[in-house]
Amino acid sequence: MNAVRMRLRVNGEEQEILFHPYKTLLEVLREDLNLTGTKHGCELGECGACAVLVDGQPLLSCLELALECEGRHIETVEGLQQGDKLHPLQSAFADLGGAQCGYCTPGILMTAKALLGQEPNPSRERIREAISGNLCRCTGYLQIYESIEEAARRMREAA
Amino acid sequence: MSVKKKTRFEVLGKPRRRVDARAKVTGLTKFADDIVLARMLHMKLLRSPHPHAVIESIDVTKAAAHPGVHLVLSGKDFPITFGILPVSQDEYPLANERVRYVGDPVAAVVAKDEQTAWEACELIEVKYRPLATISSSEEALATPEPRIHEHGEQGNIHRLQAFEFGDVDAALAKSDHVFEDLFFYEGNTHLPIEQHAAVAAPDGEGKLTLWSSTQVPHYIHRALARALRMNAAHIRVIACPNGGGFGGKCDLHNHEIVVSRAALKLARPVKICLNREEVFYMHRGRHPVLMRMRTGVTKEGKLTGMHVQTLLDGGGYGGYGAASTFYTGALQTVTYELPRYKFDACRTFTNKPPCGPKRGHGTPQPRFGQEVQLDKIAEKLKLDPAEFRLGMVAKPNSLTANWLRIGSIGLEECIRRVVALSDWKNRFRKLPEGRGLGLACGSYLCGAGLPIYWNKMPQSGVQLLLDRSGQVTAFCGATEIGQGSDDVLAAIIAEVLGIDPYDVRLVTGDTGLTPVDLGSYSSRVTVMMGNAAIQAAERLREMLADAAAEQLVTIPDRLVFSQSRVFLAEDPAKGMSFAEAVVYAETKFGTLGSVGSYVPPRAPGRYKGAGVGPSPAYSYTACVVEVEVDKATGWISVPKVWIAHDIGRTINPVLARGQVEGSVYMALGEALMEEQVFRRLPPKMSGALVHKFPSLLEYKSLTSLDMPEVVTELVEDPDPNCPFGAKEAGQGPLLPVMPAVANAIYDAVGVRIDELPITPDKVLKALELKSQGKNPRVGPEKFPQVPYPTPIFVPPPWEGGDGNEVKKNDALAVV
Repeated sequence: MNAVRMRLRVNGEEQEILFHPYKTLLEVLREDLNLTGTKHGCELGECGACAVLVDGQPLLSCLELALECEGRHIETVEGLQQGDKLHPLQSAFADLGGAQCGYCTPGILMTAKALLGQEPNPSRERIREAISGNLCRCTGYLQIYESIEEAARRMREAA
Repeated sequence: MSVKKKTRFEVLGKPRRRVDARAKVTGLTKFADDIVLARMLHMKLLRSPHPHAVIESIDVTKAAAHPGVHLVLSGKDFPITFGILPVSQDEYPLANERVRYVGDPVAAVVAKDEQTAWEACELIEVKYRPLATISSSEEALATPEPRIHEHGEQGNIHRLQAFEFGDVDAALAKSDHVFEDLFFYEGNTHLPIEQHAAVAAPDGEGKLTLWSSTQVPHYIHRALARALRMNAAHIRVIACPNGGGFGGKCDLHNHEIVVSRAALKLARPVKICLNREEVFYMHRGRHPVLMRMRTGVTKEGKLTGMHVQTLLDGGGYGGYGAASTFYTGALQTVTYELPRYKFDACRTFTNKPPCGPKRGHGTPQPRFGQEVQLDKIAEKLKLDPAEFRLGMVAKPNSLTANWLRIGSIGLEECIRRVVALSDWKNRFRKLPEGRGLGLACGSYLCGAGLPIYWNKMPQSGVQLLLDRSGQVTAFCGATEIGQGSDDVLAAIIAEVLGIDPYDVRLVTGDTGLTPVDLGSYSSRVTVMMGNAAIQAAERLREMLADAAAEQLVTIPDRLVFSQSRVFLAEDPAKGMSFAEAVVYAETKFGTLGSVGSYVPPRAPGRYKGAGVGPSPAYSYTACVVEVEVDKATGWISVPKVWIAHDIGRTINPVLARGQVEGSVYMALGEALMEEQVFRRLPPKMSGALVHKFPSLLEYKSLTSLDMPEVVTELVEDPDPNCPFGAKEAGQGPLLPVMPAVANAIYDAVGVRIDELPITPDKVLKALELKSQGKNPRVGPEKFPQVPYPTPIFVPPPWEGGDGNEVKKNDALAVV
């Protein structure tokens, strides 16, 4: 199979890549762009570890062909931090135990970012719904909810 | 003043961002599959589609000729067996002549990329001759031939163990009541979100480095030296941070050995990452266990004796199984006063993925049975289940019937707290039909007293290096699996030296650079690494204090180490920065470094088998679960859980709470839905025993929508054997949750489900029995004949003896 050449916009940067067209967005991010912050847990769309934002919406990068992402705006965990400043979600997760092993964390951070983008003050119920597609085996989710609530509070205060 | 006697802390007990948090939230933590090396190749394993078969031939010609393939390996390349325990060296890295479960690795392909390696795997021609298969412990007992392994006790029995501490039959005969129950606990798996991965690379000198998602780099190091017939000094194993472990990364795995051989042979880096289906088949998780429990009580509600029999379905290989078998009986004695105890255990081989340690290793199954049985006993004796337990909590600083030494025990306080918080007294047996409360307790090791291969060397070592800039670097073999072992290490060193944990640089889990720590299993890290860290840090502190005292014209005892300063206790303005103290000390003593190590205390038991169960300390937990049961559908929901855990001393409350809540989460999965079960394909499709649902979607676990509110209480009853008194928190809190769920379901709808998981169909079945006026119970109906041996008889400490085995009749003559 011949490789294809394509331009991809990741975390605001234009990237030109040469890749096999059967590759998923997850594989291209991790293997061709070395953005290993995005994780995989099943490659079947079951665990949410690979969630990234495409045009602001959470998307399971293991189910999306990279070919379909031409010209779309892709955000990964590597793009959350602004310079040396952590995103409020990142600092809340770090402070409040939202990340234990840290493996599901990038996917949950991106999903939560999309949620807070739409709802600056989500209820606990809305948070539970929003991350119900992201499996975490360590925390029991409660410290994740608290981290998202704290981040939302900090973001509202800063706004 | 010795830091061990310290009671006011600057670091311990305060909520803190863990020292490795920033890397985790920025995606910078390097898990094994995130490692990319120049010229790296990719490996895939071909796995057996048969549960039990003889390999008649393997032809790799086509695979080897496939474009992009660099190497194909098969059983003939690996003549030496391996196994985590010295007594079970029964696996080949790639199957030699036989495969014993669907998923047993048969061949390996190394290629330019994963896709090519998969394609080539399909070109390998393997001729199998299928053998009869065994799918359960009952079948294994009834089918001695063909034997799955030549080793083991007999037929398809892998291990038989039997112990008796005092004459249990006599105790039961004199009891006011004897309760006999059967329980079954289905197997389940760890399901870490990170799939196992490993990268092997020879360095410029031809020495090997293996990066792996492992909880036990030291044991991998030993195993590789043996399997590769290589000088261990030329092998370096680095445990990458694990994306969840839960015991699933405790065993040696075939792929770790095979990828190492491939890298050495090709003289370039090779990576393997398993897919999710492979992780399900590799398993090494919770054993399915059938149990019979006979327990005697007085009418006042005191235990007189207990006889536990267990039957474990071990799967296709030994693995940790011999230890798991011991653990289905070893810790039944540490929670309540129990005058006499008898325990028979049997592990069988079956043609399924091997079982092994999962959170609680072998103890959640009998704990489930014991705590449900206690609930039945309390009901019968018309006692409140909480009061009943409070009346018999084991005493601190005591010995158990099986000669385990208990130190501190905060269980009474744990029970009182969950009773108060859940308003137990006003709500138990008083909630409307369909809603219920259940209570249960548990306890767990703070580290296994003996290492896997017996020796008298330290089980954990910490080395500290002080740079003249004031930088403190700690080296320790401990493995970060998400539980926070790096944070514990930094916190303890910082507490002793009066600095910030963030200022401690850590090098961990690297057999090439760090002193041995045996690994992240048996909840051993806080206690063992922590004690080693205190010793190392105290030794450095003494040197710093000597040098600083000389400058300040005082004696070292008058100095305080706090907030990165060293100063006079009576005049805090008089002092110097920590970094200045380091400069004075390096000037006085030369290059500054220290080591600390930890050997657990010797256990008092002397009988053969006394090595499993001893621990420097035991943690204790009590839990109340509230359930709602829909009688029309059998659906169970859990709105709230109250849990109190005796942690000894809290190092970082954020992490401690996370360990407790994570345990509750995993326990609810085991109680209500998680099961590693197998089905037979139809005969025309080979009749193989395959995993019923090897996917994250079909293997049900709790999502955020299912997780209840949890009220977590940390009870601090410091144990003198533990660093600043700190016990474990990662495994113990799981134990009481499953039986508390079962007991709550009984409170809600009056049915007993004596097997896990408790699914709606079982509840409906029991409700149906209830409506027919029959015994409203669903659970195992019979326990097969098991050829348990004559038990090793040891009088309990209060019946004389010295912890050694005696002849039973001689002992009875004395009593």
